[in-house]
Amino acid sequence: MGIVSPGFHGRRRESAGGLPPGQYLTNDFPVLSAGPTPRIPQDEWEFTVTTESGREHRWTWREFLDLPSETPQVDIHCVTKWSKLGTEWQGVSLDVLLADVETEADYALAHSYGGYTTNLPLDDLLDGKAWVVHRYDGEDLEPEHGGPARLLVPHLYFWKSAKWVRGITLLTENEPGFWESAGYHDYGDPWREQRYQGD
Amino acid sequence: MARLAETRRETETARTLLFDVPDWPGHLAGQHVDVRLTADDGYTAQRSYSLSAPDQVELAVQRIGDGEVSPYLTDVIGIGDPVELRGPVGGWFVWRPGTGRAVLLIAGGSGIAPLMAMIRARRLSGDGTPFTLLYSVRTPSDVYFADELRRPVPGLDVTLLYTRGTPDGWLRPPGRLTAADLDPADTDRDCFVCGPTGFVEAAADLLVAHGHDPRRIKTERFG
Repeated sequence: MGIVSPGFHGRRRESAGGLPPGQYLTNDFPVLSAGPTPRIPQDEWEFTVTTESGREHRWTWREFLDLPSETPQVDIHCVTKWSKLGTEWQGVSLDVLLADVETEADYALAHSYGGYTTNLPLDDLLDGKAWVVHRYDGEDLEPEHGGPARLLVPHLYFWKSAKWVRGITLLTENEPGFWESAGYHDYGDPWREQRYQGD
Repeated sequence: MARLAETRRETETARTLLFDVPDWPGHLAGQHVDVRLTADDGYTAQRSYSLSAPDQVELAVQRIGDGEVSPYLTDVIGIGDPVELRGPVGGWFVWRPGTGRAVLLIAGGSGIAPLMAMIRARRLSGDGTPFTLLYSVRTPSDVYFADELRRPVPGLDVTLLYTRGTPDGWLRPPGRLTAADLDPADTDRDCFVCGPTGFVEAAADLLVAHGHDPRRIKTERFG
């Protein structure tokens, strides 16, 4: 047990059970980002997968909407300590986007409009664990929350779910992204509380 | 482990807390810490707070009505009481002396905290870079660090933007930050914006629309 702070009792919300360590429940949808919100018109949006050999697979907004979509309902956990349960999204599984991509890569670096990046092992994007989503709670995704489309990788801290995503580069070597280069954990598993480097 | 060493009342609902932390490694202006509280039965809660000074472990905490951690920090914790502090954290929303680039700081409410650390770091380092602070608050009694910000510092320009009520005879009518509050001729600045999400969204959008380079606008949000 940690050092007791005299007189601290806490709120003990009943629903706090089932949350990763150090998280608290919110019903709002807070925003975390490092700069201004990019405004990307849908007809200018593109999503590109680039392999380690430089081969590009590209979808326009229209082409992206024509792909088979799923409606994941997932819990999300932000490194700033809020968690939100049962969020409803609509988007395309990375399994679909990567189905025809030939690669030997083990790592991925997601890129966003506005310059944000985040890195993940490629395995964490596959097997029904990750999506590019364009709708939230039955509506088009607001720019503040990453619209036109964002990555959704709910089993990792939410900074891995890159807002305003524009593509994924597949890499044979791990390359730290934006927060990962600024002191945050390389992998970011909320259940192991991997918030910062060294956790 | 940290122990509370000193407190100062900032507003009706906020106070500054100064902690003694043996072996603190030092930090950059703009970084934050995680505060972790443990109850006597082992229940814990943790939250992040920006450091408001560059040379001391000082937090400026606003009591949130239905908050779990902030009311303890603003109203309960006493001098000498222990808390666990983790940090410093964050390597992006930071200002370092010596860049030579002018700075524009925009604060909403308790978002002043990390920006105050930058203002103090500038003064302590003797850096002469021009700083402008636009500080949006509801009323004159909501200003943190009021005495310190009133004292003139060469090269530091402080403008208070009241949203609900102003001092007597104040020229600017109460209202939110608008394009009219920005200097149209002065867009070559490193910008730091901190406050509640809605405020930061609006301020960052204004800066971009005003001609500031989005790559030079750093934001930090809470709430």
